[in-house]
Amino acid sequence: MKPIYMDNNATTQMADEVASLMRDNLTLYGNASSMHTLGRNASSGLEWARGMCASLIDAESEEIYFTSGASESNNTVFNIARELIDSHSKRNRIVTSTIEHPSIIEEVKYLKEKGYRVDEAPVDSSGMVIVSELEKLLGDDVLLVSIMTGNNETGTIQPVKKISTLAHACGALMHSDATQAIGKIPVSVKDLGLDYLSMSAHKFYGPKGVGALYVRKGAPIMPFVHGGHQEKGYRAGTYNNLGIIGMGEAARLAAQNLEREHDYLWSLRERLRKGLLASIPDIVINGNQEHCLPGTLNVSFPCAEGESILLYLDMEGIEVSTGSACATGSLEPSYVLLASGLDVELAHGSIRFSLGRYNTTEDVDTVIQKLPPIIERVRSMSTRKV
Amino acid sequence: MANSFMAQWVYTDTVKDHFMNPRNIWKDDEDFTPDGVGEVGSLACGDQMRVGIKVSDGRIKDLRWLTYGCASAIASTSMMSEMAIGMTLEEAYHLTPQMITESLGGLPEHKFHCSVLGDKALRAAIDDYLEKNGIENTYKAKTARIVCECKGVTDTRIEELVKSGECLTFDSLSQKTGCSTVCGKCRNEIIALLEEYKHIYGK
Repeated sequence: MKPIYMDNNATTQMADEVASLMRDNLTLYGNASSMHTLGRNASSGLEWARGMCASLIDAESEEIYFTSGASESNNTVFNIARELIDSHSKRNRIVTSTIEHPSIIEEVKYLKEKGYRVDEAPVDSSGMVIVSELEKLLGDDVLLVSIMTGNNETGTIQPVKKISTLAHACGALMHSDATQAIGKIPVSVKDLGLDYLSMSAHKFYGPKGVGALYVRKGAPIMPFVHGGHQEKGYRAGTYNNLGIIGMGEAARLAAQNLEREHDYLWSLRERLRKGLLASIPDIVINGNQEHCLPGTLNVSFPCAEGESILLYLDMEGIEVSTGSACATGSLEPSYVLLASGLDVELAHGSIRFSLGRYNTTEDVDTVIQKLPPIIERVRSMSTRKV
Repeated sequence: MANSFMAQWVYTDTVKDHFMNPRNIWKDDEDFTPDGVGEVGSLACGDQMRVGIKVSDGRIKDLRWLTYGCASAIASTSMMSEMAIGMTLEEAYHLTPQMITESLGGLPEHKFHCSVLGDKALRAAIDDYLEKNGIENTYKAKTARIVCECKGVTDTRIEELVKSGECLTFDSLSQKTGCSTVCGKCRNEIIALLEEYKHIYGK
């Protein structure tokens, strides 16, 4: 039985075109930094990929720096900010939000422990950053504002363009972690007004372990992996050539399919949302329903705990994720859902369906058919009653 | 194209069996009038458990349970129900999370602490039964274990203080009972117990 994979915000299946191009270049072992023919061949693949990534986000090739993924890209931006603060910049504060990816949340925790000043803007009940609240945190001491483009758990698309305008008005730099948005909605660094952007290949049908950081020409950058001249000396280390080529192909496909992909994912998502609302009583749809990544549907099932639902679904070959603490090994459920003011029981009982290009309407219908008896069953043995 | 790697299920086969076919669930439509009921856990931590027992001749004659909880909470409570039915009250009172976990073929460390609450709910149900019937609870004293040797403070004493909400911090426990005020070597254990009881009683 082929599993029904609805966890595309965690990672995606590599596109056939990507896998095929990577297979063809598996033996392209040249070091892209070498001057001889084999090296130049590798380098040409790499530069082709750079161009594809750049055009996907409306940037110039020279503004793209390859990294190991969005976590590294995010950390690099915060390291740049820290370096600037350390160099006695008059600006010494960072503003971000309560719903960023752990690679930012944890970095912020670390920076605060070290005595740096970071403020987190709150979100509303739909998981959207409250612009007026964020505005209150801005001032001429702010160096960097970092707000994600679309949230991985709720799918809520953030008002990045508005925020970047405000950030620039007070002279701050603007970063957005666009990992979840790339390939699903149009992302233009020019339109959004970004100085930095993070992306990761495996979220848009590319390979794992490779990503990119966009740095606007003229925006501050400094090295954090020392030891080589790669990426103009800003990110040393022999290139992950094969991965980068794979990301290039994934970027090419993402740009080519963007509109169709968006509409397709949204139609699946809406089919699933309506189907679940019609077949399961007392459910709560989380996140913003208007400004939402097209493939993400986050649902809470009162009186039912998320890990149980996840594992009963897994038994049926349906793969999803949950905001329940039990799935994380901590006692705290999803901080993203709690930040939007969701009740702790609803956070424990939340399931995230994230649809992708390879899901079909049959997949959605199977979930609509298999989930109601599971919820009924979990609720029937629950201490909590609807 | 087939991949080369296949994983085991998240938990053991026994856990899987009890998760897929939980035993002795307290169904809505069943006419089950318990002689004692116990409830532990908290929604904040994602696990809550209720156990009802029927007692005759000093034995657990029947048992039903409900849980708001994860797979290991369901499986461990199901396993507990099978183990407890037929036991004398005293045996049932001494059922430990370790015994349940062993019968399940093991659980991951982080699951052991948060999800194996069945034995506590069972003890609470037995306490309830004894109290309702005016029977002296002799098991409680017997299960008490001295944690702070210097001041003779037992785990049951700490449990009571947390359960009633009287002491919810280490400092207040220490002030109230004197625990950890002499040699201080029990400090970490007291803190661990405090956290465990806070979890169990949803404080």
